[in-house]
Amino acid sequence: MFPADLKYTKDHEWLKPAGDGTALVGITQYAQDALGDVVFVDLPEVGVSFAQGEEFGTVESVKTVSELNMPSAGEVLDVNATLADHPEAVNEDPYGKGWMVKIKLAGDLADLLDAKAYEALVHAESH
Amino acid sequence: MTIAASELMKTPLNAAHRALNAKMVDFGGWDMPVQYPAGIIAEHEAVRTKAGLFDVSHMGEIRVKGPGALALVEHLTPNAVSKLVIGQVHYTAFLYDNGTFVDDLLVYREGEQEFLLVVNAGNSDKDFAWVQKHAPAYDCTVVNESPVTGQIALQGPLSLSILQPLTQTPLDPIGYYFFTHGEVAGIKCLISRTGYTGEDGFELYCAADDTEAIWNAVMEAGKHQGLLPAGLGCRNTLRLECKMALYGHEIDDSIHALEAGLGWIVKLDKGDFIGREALVAAKATPAPRKLVGFKTLEKRDIARDHMPVVQDGKPIGFVTSAAPSPTCGINLGLAYVPAELAKMGGLIQIEIRGRAVNAEIIPTPFYKRKK
Repeated sequence: MFPADLKYTKDHEWLKPAGDGTALVGITQYAQDALGDVVFVDLPEVGVSFAQGEEFGTVESVKTVSELNMPSAGEVLDVNATLADHPEAVNEDPYGKGWMVKIKLAGDLADLLDAKAYEALVHAESH
Repeated sequence: MTIAASELMKTPLNAAHRALNAKMVDFGGWDMPVQYPAGIIAEHEAVRTKAGLFDVSHMGEIRVKGPGALALVEHLTPNAVSKLVIGQVHYTAFLYDNGTFVDDLLVYREGEQEFLLVVNAGNSDKDFAWVQKHAPAYDCTVVNESPVTGQIALQGPLSLSILQPLTQTPLDPIGYYFFTHGEVAGIKCLISRTGYTGEDGFELYCAADDTEAIWNAVMEAGKHQGLLPAGLGCRNTLRLECKMALYGHEIDDSIHALEAGLGWIVKLDKGDFIGREALVAAKATPAPRKLVGFKTLEKRDIARDHMPVVQDGKPIGFVTSAAPSPTCGINLGLAYVPAELAKMGGLIQIEIRGRAVNAEIIPTPFYKRKK
């Protein structure tokens, strides 16, 4: 539920640093469960830069829509093109095949939550 | 305002939903399942192709009985109650004097002078007060049976084959929008061939205390036929595809019955009823707005309830209900638009998060089952 190698936001995005100044970004298990069946993920163009917390896309489920906010400042290097035809990957494998964008990190990760802090946050929200 | 889960009203099936790991939400003050682990799309598809079982115990039931019952229900509703035979049901409404909606409802004719009125959960108290307010002029009793009544809805093409082994009552002869009384799994209930999904199916009304036993029996009977428990999430997408109105969306106290496209429940020649004068006047002049069905043209453009319909950046209407349609595979919705724009194939613009996107007006219902 809360992989230890990821960093998390209070808005339920995750960020996975690759160690080479890049990182993958997606939404958490808790977020996909709250959304229900995902039917469309609107992702940005490669090359666009975002500030930390800035909206970079949306994820639409059958019943609702949610904004995607960038966990850390960065430039989009790649987007997960397979989500166009297989948005359900966000539900089935939110930390793996359901990744959304790859970014070149332009900020630090100091104010992101670690797995333990995020787990506590989810626990508080769902009880 | 957030209502704590403990303060929400619960149906007799609350524990059963939790045991099935349902995701529960506050629905008009009721703690209800929005979906089970299968998810909205799988539940929706189960109802379209096999069967789904819904808890609709939150609905309100009002019984009107006595020598003045027929006259009271005729006065309160626009459809022709006297045309109902005993054992028949119809869709109708409570209207205000100006023709707008107090609520929509089903009327069951239980006897010559006995009717069961089934109303929306969120409007139940308002509706009961409304009936009580008008009842003193009529010789009849009005009883709110909601607290002692449970209701489940078995919906989908396999409904009959799942339910028949549980009852001695022959189900096939019950016509659409007819009902009878019988026993299901040894429990007395009202068996109604009705529903809110556009599929064949049965709604079963029973004593509140018996609801869980009937629910369990039907779940067991259907488990090898693909039956899934189905939540309010797919109930909404199913009814939207069939253009069935939902109070607070297509109809409310600011929309009258004719602009809602519900002229077919308004029988102006049946005699007097509340709202008649306003609807006679409304019928004499062209409606300024109409309810239309639309699809957005791009996959990414998913309209949602209450978004504005715009023209040159100005709001000219509003979306009542919209969602990606699991059956049709496109993004659908219903909207009120100025009558001059309500042309089949015409384009309207919907503002989605600050962006005006094109939508095409298409025929409704979006989905119709093959008979």
